Amino acid sequence: MKFDTSGLESTASVFGTAGSELVDGFSAAPAFELPTTTDVSFSFVCYALRFVWEGKSQNCLWVEFDFAFWFQFDGFQKEAVQMVKPAKGTTTLAFIFKDGVIVAADSRASMGGYISSQSVKKIIEINPYMLGTMAGGAADCQFWHRNLGIKVPENNQALMAKPSLPLSLIDALSTACKIAWQSQCRLHELTNKRRISVTGASKLLANILFSYRGMGLSVGTMIAGWDETGPGLYYVDSEGGRLKGTRFSVGSGSPYAYGVLDSGYRADMSIEEAAELGRRAIYHATFRDGASGGVASVYYVGPDGWKKLSGDDVSELHYKYYPVVSTEAPEPDRMVEA
Amino acid sequence: MARYDRAITVFSPDGHLFQVEYALEAVRKGNAAVGVRGTDIVVLGVEKKSTAKLQDSRSVKKIVSLDDHVALVCAGLKADARVLVNKARIECQSYRLTVEDPVTVEYITRYIAGLQQKYTQSGGVRPFGLSTLIVGFDPHLGVPALYQTDPSGAFSAWKANATGRNSNSMREFLEKNYKETSGQETVKLAIRALLEVVESGGKNIEVAVMTKDQGLRQLEESEIDAIVAEIEAEKAAAEAAKKGPPKDS
Repeated sequence: MKFDTSGLESTASVFGTAGSELVDGFSAAPAFELPTTTDVSFSFVCYALRFVWEGKSQNCLWVEFDFAFWFQFDGFQKEAVQMVKPAKGTTTLAFIFKDGVIVAADSRASMGGYISSQSVKKIIEINPYMLGTMAGGAADCQFWHRNLGIKVPENNQALMAKPSLPLSLIDALSTACKIAWQSQCRLHELTNKRRISVTGASKLLANILFSYRGMGLSVGTMIAGWDETGPGLYYVDSEGGRLKGTRFSVGSGSPYAYGVLDSGYRADMSIEEAAELGRRAIYHATFRDGASGGVASVYYVGPDGWKKLSGDDVSELHYKYYPVVSTEAPEPDRMVEA
Repeated sequence: MARYDRAITVFSPDGHLFQVEYALEAVRKGNAAVGVRGTDIVVLGVEKKSTAKLQDSRSVKKIVSLDDHVALVCAGLKADARVLVNKARIECQSYRLTVEDPVTVEYITRYIAGLQQKYTQSGGVRPFGLSTLIVGFDPHLGVPALYQTDPSGAFSAWKANATGRNSNSMREFLEKNYKETSGQETVKLAIRALLEVVESGGKNIEVAVMTKDQGLRQLEESEIDAIVAEIEAEKAAAEAAKKGPPKDS
């Protein structure tokens, strides 16, 4: 009797097993299907990326439409992942305290040195009692754009045009992941007549991201919510990692945010104190990290659901934390007319 | 009408699915089974046909667990039951893997019922010839639940129900005598219902109870015998009270 492991494998390759379910009782796929990722356009994405990365050093063009290739970790993928890793230009944080969860994020999207937006919504409202933060994703695609642009020879106009193809597909992919995930959570709620737990929602997202592993997504997200077991907080990333914890910060500004968060954290804070801590941590991260800025949003998730507590422009917060103190400058010696 | 019962995908002119109805007949020939839901306990009981002398009785357990907190008893074709139970067990674990939560009783009942329905709407297969009684506790709220499914794929929740042989008499008894009970009282009610149609004695009944904390527990023959004796004593006392004090002759 062969144990059915179809639920455990990554479903990044295609199967049409719906028909065989009836005939062979033991290989029925579990009720939860993972998304398949064999869109032909992905092979083209990979082809375009590969050409630009390695084709420059070769004289010939080779065509790779081999799906299996992309699930092996050769040097190209390692390089690619390494390049993308530090690029999540953002600061997001979340922590659990006695009354619930605080979620805070900045709102800046940067393209290398260019600030493309100061008003990006990084906190996603999944349902009335659960929030998710997305670091990377769309903002990150801009990094790909910059790097690909640099590597492409200036005199080849055709190649200059190419980078936008993988970038828009990765952007579309991370948006697609987000939508697929929200739909799955909602479907769970409808079929089971009860809300999905934070554990379940984070597991669904982790499975979705895992199935796209190695395809260039760079996403670090935190799922915060309140379910039947109380407050819950998970960190999920595009490598397929998933961690349960009480304090997380994700993004390029996270070291600065962690500093403030870890030193100011007490489990027995009130909601206002906790919100202030989150706000302050985001502010300090935006102060020092160039890729973070804009508006510091703070949300609170409690037993009745989430509530947006504040959205302050960090430049105004600056004057709150570092108020201008007038210093007595010594009077300059006056030039007296002789 | 004979023309309409060969392939189950075909309706009869008056709207019957004959194969499904024949499957229900198979259920009616199966062992009597009863399920009762109490406030903090659920009880399943099933008739045990006397085992042959050389048969190892341990291999014929009829009340099976699907997970730590869900159990099931079937009436009908035992081989079909095995296949269904295996699929349900895999689904319980698959659900645990995907959402890191145990299944609710309603979810797994819906899955089993869905499976039974699928086999009434496909070519070349016949329906499962069994009805199930599924009991368990909600993993978060701790509330007990009892569900029944049948070969057509319909399912519903019950406070107490019976299926298999003579299920109508058992159900009538339960309707007359059901009240919210807990603990040992629920067990007694289930056994009393079963004794309406089954020969008395621990040898002929299999009973299992499930509580939130201790999961599924099969009752020993001696325990069942003790409860049966209690029930008979109560019955005798009730009879005597009805007859009144002996008349002086």
